[in-house]
Amino acid sequence: MSEPRPRVGLFVTCLVDLFRPTVGFAAVKLLEAAGCTVEVPADQTCCGQPAYNSGDNRDARAIAEGVITAFQDHDYVVAPSGSCAGMLKHHYPALFADDPAWEERARAFAAKVHELVSFLTDVRGLTEVESSFAGAVTYHDSCSGLRELGVRQQPRALLRSIDGVKLEEMDNRDACCGFGGTFCVKYPDISSAIVGRKSAAIKATGADTLLAGDLGCLLNMAGKLSREGATIDVRHVAEVLADMHDAAPAIGKPESGSR
Amino acid sequence: MDVRTPHFKDNARGAMADASLQEALTHIRRGFIDKRARAVDALPEFEALRDSSKAIKDHTLAHLDLYLEAFIERAEAAGSVVHIAETAADARDTIIGICREAGAKRITKGKSMISEEIDLNTHLAEAGFVPVETDLGEYIVQLRNETPSHIIAPAVHVTRDRIEQDFREKHRGLDPDRDLSDPKELLAEARTMLRGEYLAADVGLTGANFLIAETGSSVIVTNEGNGDLTQTLAPVHIVLASLDKLVPTLEDASQILRLLGRSATGQDMTVYTTFSTGPRRADDPDGPAACHVVILDNGRSSMLGTDYQDMLRCIRCGACMNHCPVYHEIGGHAYGWVYPGPMGAVLTPALVGVDQGGHLPNASTLCGRCEEVCPMKIPLPGMMRSWRRDEFERHLSPATVRWGLGVWAFFARRPRLYQAATRLAMRILGNLGARRGHLRRLPLAGGWTAERDLPAPAGATFQEQWAERERRR
Ligand code: SF4
Repeated sequence: MSEPRPRVGLFVTCLVDLFRPTVGFAAVKLLEAAGCTVEVPADQTCCGQPAYNSGDNRDARAIAEGVITAFQDHDYVVAPSGSCAGMLKHHYPALFADDPAWEERARAFAAKVHELVSFLTDVRGLTEVESSFAGAVTYHDSCSGLRELGVRQQPRALLRSIDGVKLEEMDNRDACCGFGGTFCVKYPDISSAIVGRKSAAIKATGADTLLAGDLGCLLNMAGKLSREGATIDVRHVAEVLADMHDAAPAIGKPESGSR
Repeated sequence: MDVRTPHFKDNARGAMADASLQEALTHIRRGFIDKRARAVDALPEFEALRDSSKAIKDHTLAHLDLYLEAFIERAEAAGSVVHIAETAADARDTIIGICREAGAKRITKGKSMISEEIDLNTHLAEAGFVPVETDLGEYIVQLRNETPSHIIAPAVHVTRDRIEQDFREKHRGLDPDRDLSDPKELLAEARTMLRGEYLAADVGLTGANFLIAETGSSVIVTNEGNGDLTQTLAPVHIVLASLDKLVPTLEDASQILRLLGRSATGQDMTVYTTFSTGPRRADDPDGPAACHVVILDNGRSSMLGTDYQDMLRCIRCGACMNHCPVYHEIGGHAYGWVYPGPMGAVLTPALVGVDQGGHLPNASTLCGRCEEVCPMKIPLPGMMRSWRRDEFERHLSPATVRWGLGVWAFFARRPRLYQAATRLAMRILGNLGARRGHLRRLPLAGGWTAERDLPAPAGATFQEQWAERERRR
């Protein structure tokens, strides 16, 4: 007897929606392969971090209410981002600390929220994936996923299950890439200096692909590497795990033939 | 000390362009981190110690009035005179008063960040006294007419070469051909210069890492022993400490000490840990004839019961700044006041006002590494966010930021409208970047594109493609 397929609502995240839809499709593919029914509520935009991290709790709450409502019928809410999943899981309940009815809804919602890769391994018990990807990769630990959700070994374990993958760890791997959401807009030169240090560590590994689980960090690191003329490919880890690395050129690179 | 925090952006830019500073910061970026990690890994009960030490401080802060009273009683019973200073000016007046009464001229000083907070050296000098810093780092900083750039490594912004240069310039009368290539030689030379000072001092002033309510003692930790010489050789000892240094018992202090050295420098214990209780007693072989304890509030008691109370658990170990990606790039002076790094980003707005200190809690990626290493489990990123909230609610955040956020939030709260608008925007942006796959320049995103490219969006949004796919199914 097979267990019922859980109903998963995909929280796409605004950056995946706008910049890299492939990651969303890779997430859907992985979730379906892991025995889930995936739905994408249309009533979602962003998790609200830009408002929350700028001190605008009123707008952050309004956005949170919308997200909680949009996913109220799902068994799980899964996001291909540690940062957005961390917001949904840890900061939504805090936002409603003075409103018991909403706080309870936010807590119930938070209990269903997971970051994509750790959901696949920790909840769905996935231990290996089929992927034709081959090459030396280095993996950047995004801060929120690492520190708020404990995502560290899970993506590495799945990557190691791919025959062609060789994992090269970078120096200072748990250091921030300098993205920081609104930080990179408000303090761009400090942000740029931080990502410069990160790109040096990435290049020193000799890996030909950089992977991470958060598109914000990936856009930041890809942007720096591209400006520095580095040829390294940058991708969301889900693209490789879902065997969809041929579905789109690496982040910041043109469709082949058009350069 | 002047608050230069409103100029944070310029300060930071200057710091990043300063090659000598950048060279000096290399040590911070690596050395402290590795040493701390090794020390913590070697102590299985480190996590448990964090929890119990946090509990000690939380308990103390909840009953601060009682422990303060107890401290005063025991300290005075041991012969100390305790002074409570509400403001920086009160503390300075008290200290200058004590020095005058002692007929003092030369004042040796152990490391004290509180002394920086109240800008004591400037005022001592204006009042005709000669303050001499005895901690090597502080000594260098004083020689250079600067302020500390780190709470446990005051001169971390100065390269060894610069220090050698300063010593050759300022230590006149020594052999100009002497060898100062080894840092040990520098330390030895500073010691030689200071030896006479300890004996000539009329007053010795130290900070305190703890004030112990149970015994009325103060505790200082140093690696050079300069604190001991400062407080035992001068006839008058002044302890200058802030209110939040109180702990109930000796046992409590010893427990927190196990976290302090490991978190700060990766040492199991600092080389010297000195407990002192009152002036010299009749049968003591040495010690000062008089001992004063000046306890500074300077805004701390008003943090009690607020979102910022947890900050008062801080034991000034410096781990948060040692692990901070922003501190690594800009060093401590750019923060513009006494306390740099994550702890400074929370404490500065509390002590000088968020209108002055507002940049600091904003200039953080909220990466959380500081909270991860803070031995006292202080939720630094959360408190930086609270400052941003306070700022936003008081309409102190820049108008452009508020406007941008307002427009964004208007759309983010209306999914249909948002999707229509972003569909259009991403198509345009996608077209612009299609040839290269990224954009090298973009109006309104000049900050981002100055030193990195912006990867171009695919063109059609996920929601658009998903809707299309669902229609076809
Ligand atoms: S905030 Fe924590 S890590 Fe930073 S100095 Fe204080 S105790 Fe140390």
